[in-house]
Amino acid sequence: MSDTENTLQVRVWRGGEDGKFQAFAVPRREHQTVLDVVTYIQRELDPTLAYRFACRVGMCGSCGMTVNGRPRWTCRTHVDTATGGSDVLELEPLRSLPVIRDLATDMTPFFEKWQKAQGRATGTRSRADDTHRVDPASPRRQAADAAIECINCGVCYAACDVVASDPDYLGPAALNRAWTLVNDDREGDRKGVLAAATAGGGCHSCHSHGSCTEHCPVELNPSAGVAGLKRLSLLAMVGGKV
Amino acid sequence: MLGPRSQHHAGRLAARAHRLSGVLLAVFLPFHFLALGLALEGAERLDGFLAWSDQPLVKIAEWGLVTLLSVHLLAGLRVLALEFLPWRDARKSWITAGGVIAAATGLVFLASALA
Ligand code: HEM
Ligand code: SF4
Ligand code: SF4
Ligand code: FES
Repeated sequence: MSDTENTLQVRVWRGGEDGKFQAFAVPRREHQTVLDVVTYIQRELDPTLAYRFACRVGMCGSCGMTVNGRPRWTCRTHVDTATGGSDVLELEPLRSLPVIRDLATDMTPFFEKWQKAQGRATGTRSRADDTHRVDPASPRRQAADAAIECINCGVCYAACDVVASDPDYLGPAALNRAWTLVNDDREGDRKGVLAAATAGGGCHSCHSHGSCTEHCPVELNPSAGVAGLKRLSLLAMVGGKV
Repeated sequence: MLGPRSQHHAGRLAARAHRLSGVLLAVFLPFHFLALGLALEGAERLDGFLAWSDQPLVKIAEWGLVTLLSVHLLAGLRVLALEFLPWRDARKSWITAGGVIAAATGLVFLASALA
């Protein structure tokens, strides 16, 4: 590497939880994304580097990493944005998830909590029935629509301080999914979802600081959804429905 | 070492200000009760305390406390609003508004104390 001005100093986490950083020098390119940098390292410098990606266009949610201390989707994050203009890039796996190796985390706890929050649809109709008509302008549908486009990237989960300190906390993504379901007219077990999202480790563990909302790459507002679940659960309690 | 990192943003800083102001208020509270207690014991001792509290340094400290209390009160009201009102995007404007009102309250106190 001769021209340091056009070279990025990259520190990459290697190994498991007790691994360490390894330094690489990567040529700067215009419009380079963080994922481009990781791919360059794996293709040109060290083929043993473990990381995960699929779509490269912000759809699949598999490329989440900690970039200069911040959880991000790496395929849609430009190096300039991440470094704030410096030429040092520090890459670690997403926090609060078990590290498999290098930049790859084990997403199992994330998806297990998704299920624990009952973040799955329960149908009420069969193919013999007519389509369930939902008014797109109804407030509940609008609340669901505003929260529905989650790509399961785990960035909010890694950003959440409560997840980091309480292993039982279901986390913003799973609760955000539960929030879409309790607002979905087609959902067959809204009470069950609310109960699952309110039980121990559920919405009432959230302290509303909003780190999830701050970091969600698709600009969802999980913090608002969790607050909505808290309100619904209180209403249900006051109404004697829990 | 892999570890939690801080990523500061408005929501977190508001929570930090809320906690710090709460703890500092707790430190101040015994003195507040002392003043009230002295008032109950008689005018003379209260006058002594009030004279002491008329010094500039004490005034500045009082300004800090008034500001702290308004910071804490408004941050607390914000938390209650977050918990109980339907909201979507108002998070940051509430923080800004709270900061401005708390600062204004402090300034009004300072102005009236110096007048
Ligand atoms: C003026 C009226 C007050 C209101 C409306 C108020 C409101 C609140 C609320 C809602 C919380 C919970 C924050 C949360 O869960 O995120 C809180 C926390 C707290 N309050 Fe107050 N409070 C007031 C006065 C005081 C006073 C006088 C003190 C000092 C003795 C105090 C000390 C604290 C402390 C230490 C906390 C814990 C902060 C934390 O967990 O970070 N508060 N307050
Ligand atoms: S607002 Fe709640 S869910 Fe979101 S980061 Fe904070 S604690 Fe986690
Ligand atoms: S809510 Fe946002 S940050 Fe969280 S998993 Fe979904 S897309 Fe990712
Ligand atoms: S690789 Fe699919 S979201 Fe980044």
